[in-house]
Amino acid sequence: MNTDAPVSDSGAKPIMTARNVDVFYGKKQAIDNVSLDIPENQITALIGPSGCGKSTFLRCFNRMNDTIQICRVKGDIKFAGQDIYDPKVDVVALRSRIGMVFQKANPFPKSIFDNVAYGPRIHSLSESKDHLEDIVITSLKRAGLYDEVSDRLDEPGTSLSGGQQQRLCIARAIAVDPQIILMDEPCSALDPIATAIIEELMDSMKEKYTIVIVTHSMQQAARVSQQTAFFHLGELVESGDTKQIFTNPEKERTQNYISGRIG
Amino acid sequence: MSDEHIVSSFDEDMSRLRDLFLEMGRIVSSQIQAATRALRKEDRMLAKQVIANDKQLNRLESELNDLAIKILALRQPFAGDLRQVVATLKSAGHFERMGDLVRNSAQRTNTITKAEAETGSIETLVQMSETVQVMTNSILTAYERSDSEMAEEVRMQDETVDRLHNSLFREMLTYMMEDPRNISGCMHVMFMAKNIERMGDTVADIAKELIYMATGEWPEGSRTKKDKTSRIVIEPEADA
Ligand SMILES: Nc1ncnc2c1ncn2[C@@H]1O[C@H](COP(=O)(O)OP(=O)(O)O)[C@@H](O)[C@H]1O
Ligand SMILES: [Mg+2]
Repeated sequence: MNTDAPVSDSGAKPIMTARNVDVFYGKKQAIDNVSLDIPENQITALIGPSGCGKSTFLRCFNRMNDTIQICRVKGDIKFAGQDIYDPKVDVVALRSRIGMVFQKANPFPKSIFDNVAYGPRIHSLSESKDHLEDIVITSLKRAGLYDEVSDRLDEPGTSLSGGQQQRLCIARAIAVDPQIILMDEPCSALDPIATAIIEELMDSMKEKYTIVIVTHSMQQAARVSQQTAFFHLGELVESGDTKQIFTNPEKERTQNYISGRIG
Repeated sequence: MSDEHIVSSFDEDMSRLRDLFLEMGRIVSSQIQAATRALRKEDRMLAKQVIANDKQLNRLESELNDLAIKILALRQPFAGDLRQVVATLKSAGHFERMGDLVRNSAQRTNTITKAEAETGSIETLVQMSETVQVMTNSILTAYERSDSEMAEEVRMQDETVDRLHNSLFREMLTYMMEDPRNISGCMHVMFMAKNIERMGDTVADIAKELIYMATGEWPEGSRTKKDKTSRIVIEPEADA
């Protein structure tokens, strides 16, 4: 078994490492022996044709696959050196360190304020009402949404536009002060302007956070990420510096996929 | 990368781009050939023809530019396709520039043939010009085959052109020092030689683009420049 991992070329130190990861849904193997480092304060894009296992692999990073009955994860995944699949790990706490934003914005049926305050409340992160308000406002600002909603924090989150709802979900993830934010096709339901705003936001967020994004848009991967990993049929075909992957990939399969020659 | 693109009109655009580029290259090559012949045979009609033909290159280049921009904007090519579009776009600009240099040389043909009486053989100019034509033909084959080794050889061949240019430069200096009445003719020869030397450099630049296109890497280091004329200084003898 191969234990040598393809270490990222970027030189940045990894905050997460995956080694020899296999994922099964029942008998069906969805991820086959994948090793990948996630460099800190960078954006890593996972690309590949639909069904190649991008979302499955992403969900390994905060044990979201635990919620799927038939799903089994094997291999070694470490966050800041700690094995996240250790039975002693508090999964709820883990998911506050490693937040997630989904394809379809899913605000709770609550006010804008309560959407963002939800996480800090259940994790008892705030010392007072003022402090909670502080966290909510800072998070909305970091998600680039505050200016647009500052005068209507008590309106329902669902009253916002699609792009705003997605930024609300980003604010909600940020509110519990995570290290890593996982995003699964966060812009696929958004128009180009709303997409551009989120991409711009991601770029500014990487100073403070590490982002892993699944995207079906290669242009988006090329625009936002520093590292790109290409998946095909459950395997990691190639990963490395984004510029390298999109100008001169090593593997023919990558070359063919990104230049539109396999589906 | 012989596989077909999912979008067949993409393949059509790419193949049109290659055709335009090859057509430009073939015109440059035949322009060089005609200009060389005009020089050797003192054929002023042919020289005029060369000057007129240059328009074709300008037209093809602008068509190629439009197509390359369309591909970049609408197809957003990546990897090998991206390298091919960019290398082709830049190299087409180089071909267009070579066309200008050939035209400029042809414009001098008339004066040169007169100057020859005083300066001796134009054989060196012809030899330089023929070498550049060979390089141009090889670069077209290298492009068609995406052959980086062949492109590397073309870069090396440019040294021959540089060496010929150096020796011609020294020769002309001698003539000019012998008799100031030779100066005018020699200057024309030198300008012409400089044009051809630049054409050689330009083919070498295309070769560099092709190496990047084929391999994704720029050739290592810069080619050692064998044109030393910029550093030659000749002092008149003290007791002259
Ligand atoms: N909850 C699930 N139950 C069973 N199979 C699943 C489940 N989720 C994904 N799969 C299968 O795993 C493979 C990878 O899916 P996924 O990770 O969603 O791919 P991607 O995100 O790259 O489109 C697919 O074959 C898919 O059908
Ligand atoms: Mg998915």
